[in-house]
Amino acid sequence: MSDAVTSERGGPPAAPFLRLVRIGKTYPGVTALADVDLEVARGEVVGLIGENGAGKSTLMKVLGGVVAPDSGHIEIDGTVHRALTVPQSLAAGIAFVHQELNLFENLDVAANIFIGREPRWGGPLHLIDRQLLYRRTRPLLERLKVDFDARTPVATLSIAQRQMVEIAKALSLDARLIIMDEPTSSLTVAETERLLDVIAELQAQGVAVIYITHRLNEVKDCADRVVCLRDGVVAGALAHDEIAHAAMIRLMIGRDLKALYTPPGRQPATGLEVQGLRTVLFPDRAVDLEIRRGEILGLAGLIGSGRTELARALFGIDPPLAGAIRLDGEPITVRTPHHAIMRGIYLVPEDRKRSGVIVEFPVRCNVTLADLHDHSRAWLISGGRECATTERQKERLHIRTPSIESEVITLSGGNQQKVVLAKWLAMRPSVVIFDEPTRGIDVGAKSEIYAILRQLADAGVAILMISSDMEEVIGVSDRIAVMHEGRISGILENRDSFTETNVLELAVNSPARTAA
Amino acid sequence: MQKKDLGLLVLILVVGAITTALNPVFLSPVNLGNMANLVGLFGIFSIGIGVVIITGGIDLSVGSMFALIGVVFIDLMTNKGMAWELVLPLAIGLGICFGVIHGVLVTRFNMQPFVVTLCGLLIYRGAARYYMADATIGFGYAGGHETLEWLASGRSLGVPHTFIAFVAVAIVMGIVLHRSVFGRYLFAVGKNEEAARYSGIPTNLVIASAYVISGALAGLAAVFLAFYTYSIQPSAHGNFYELYGIAAAVLGGCSLRGGEGSIMGIALGTVLLQVLQNLVNLLGIPTSLNFAVMGTVILLGVLTDQQLQRRRARLLAVKAHQAKTLGAQPARA
Repeated sequence: MSDAVTSERGGPPAAPFLRLVRIGKTYPGVTALADVDLEVARGEVVGLIGENGAGKSTLMKVLGGVVAPDSGHIEIDGTVHRALTVPQSLAAGIAFVHQELNLFENLDVAANIFIGREPRWGGPLHLIDRQLLYRRTRPLLERLKVDFDARTPVATLSIAQRQMVEIAKALSLDARLIIMDEPTSSLTVAETERLLDVIAELQAQGVAVIYITHRLNEVKDCADRVVCLRDGVVAGALAHDEIAHAAMIRLMIGRDLKALYTPPGRQPATGLEVQGLRTVLFPDRAVDLEIRRGEILGLAGLIGSGRTELARALFGIDPPLAGAIRLDGEPITVRTPHHAIMRGIYLVPEDRKRSGVIVEFPVRCNVTLADLHDHSRAWLISGGRECATTERQKERLHIRTPSIESEVITLSGGNQQKVVLAKWLAMRPSVVIFDEPTRGIDVGAKSEIYAILRQLADAGVAILMISSDMEEVIGVSDRIAVMHEGRISGILENRDSFTETNVLELAVNSPARTAA
Repeated sequence: MQKKDLGLLVLILVVGAITTALNPVFLSPVNLGNMANLVGLFGIFSIGIGVVIITGGIDLSVGSMFALIGVVFIDLMTNKGMAWELVLPLAIGLGICFGVIHGVLVTRFNMQPFVVTLCGLLIYRGAARYYMADATIGFGYAGGHETLEWLASGRSLGVPHTFIAFVAVAIVMGIVLHRSVFGRYLFAVGKNEEAARYSGIPTNLVIASAYVISGALAGLAAVFLAFYTYSIQPSAHGNFYELYGIAAAVLGGCSLRGGEGSIMGIALGTVLLQVLQNLVNLLGIPTSLNFAVMGTVILLGVLTDQQLQRRRARLLAVKAHQAKTLGAQPARA
């Protein structure tokens, strides 16, 4: 992605200040970690990869002092600890930037950075010294070269900016090691590059980073070395010059991942045609787009370019302001999700746990939720039909669950996503819109989901796949449409033209042309 | 019957057994009949409130509705001489109207259920008092409503009609809630409104319907209550009754966060509240302690339940962890 970052590397390796030695942790019935060794030196960026459930989170919890290991020890500056407590971890300069950001939206940037540690005037009331608060915040923000100031309310910041606030907070704690858990899962390409730059700057200032991600390109760009966990053990480590895509995937899943792309098995035909569609976010921009039956149309673009809004409009969540939609040549109106569903237009939403599934419901109830009338007689639900449908979908999509009565919250991310798919595939799809279909899903489940996309397309369904994952967009799509500020800035028709550069150019510059 | 309901039933039996041991009158037919009557009266509207709570809302207005609907009802029957066949649907219709208003305000105008129904509580109470100029109204000696009176406060084979009505409502609502498509929608909306919307469920309609059901059942209960007290003092009639309903629902396993609860639970919750009330009376505990006893039992009940749920959540977390590790395995074959 960017080569600017690499210039920071190459110095002689410093002695590690943090050392995890033969860390082991078992939960009833599961070995989460076994004999894991990990060292971190000053100013070092360690990429930590592994599938979901490989033990990455547990290992990080050990570092944060939240989980006490059963065996092994932790050395900080030569002092040996059996387990860390949260204050010890903080005192050692270990800070976290979490996947789900923990900020108070109702407070401003400075208040968030110093929450619980506000500078105070003396006296019994402990009034906050606001002057000092802002004075202390400013240099932190300057170090990160951010484009907002200490008084900005966090509610108005984008996810990328919020992440910077978290990093500033870590710096305010004199962090020596910042652990970033999937920091880019909600970022756009440009924002990701900015984050990688910040990581390089942190590194230059002597701050070490453990970078946990599923996106291997980023690891390749920023890490000094890569450690891969599998089944709670270190499956392997790669030194800087050994870091390569294939090598990492082999370590993660113990085999080579097949090439992502499979060509369509049928000739694309007219599907969903969108003309002059305007959404609330960009009322003066119109979208024209055709999603053909039998093809996977990738939709790339920066976050905030209107991709999700387009999906929501097509699915009737936020009805469009203007524009015409035709399905198989026939004009249709979609004012509510119910209308869309009646037409066979389905949406697999971006935020799985909030909009995709009801996590406290069993698998069965989630699978039949959108189609209950087909599973009932005279308004009364037929449990037998529900079970039959759910079992069938469970087989078809290989949903790994102990039972169809298990609550969805107990399933892994990939299997939760399959439950969302099962809900729609149990019906008669004409158009399926996937918004970030594989976010937070491990590599193995990812390729299963891609296979399902292709099967659907081959069965004559029109597929729109919104994705911020460049590898995914390029690897899976038959055509790529790119959005920029509320309209389609270009469509790549030919697989030869599918390059990161081409997609990025359209996403950023919005030239009014259609490449290739 | 869920485990939770079973626990509640055991609690009722234990409290009942203790009361019987201390005062055998508890099991006398007269006492049981009276209790059944009260269970019926309170149970009918508690089910309505429970349905609203399952959607994640709350209904604070029913106590005031009893006063307003009650005075209008008696006034139309005794002073205006309207036929009961007309006034009864009118009373229920009035409850439905209030429910529709609540539902529209909560869904269309995005107001918080607490605020909407709190204002309902204040408005209906004020309206009832103004309607009667604070005077008490009763059925007096005017005739013409003997059939309705028998229906509302009579007994068949010793069973109070209120109780029969309650059982009928409970059975119908039990089927609606636990077997019908609409019931599944109610739970879905209560647990995760957004995911429900993304599944094509008309969430606003479902939520509004819950308030309408609560209003309709409050209208029905208002008629039963009017015949129970036989006269209505607009400033006091039905005061705090919404809290009995909320208490019964919460005791019965409804979560105020929505998405949880059962008709069986709400019914058992109502029974437990009435058994406690009865215990206070029979054991010669000063009636002034009435609320305090109820409060303590609800507090302990909910506390125990939550501790049990926490344990369950911990077990689930372990299971989830196992599932994740299992789920990842076949990919590595």
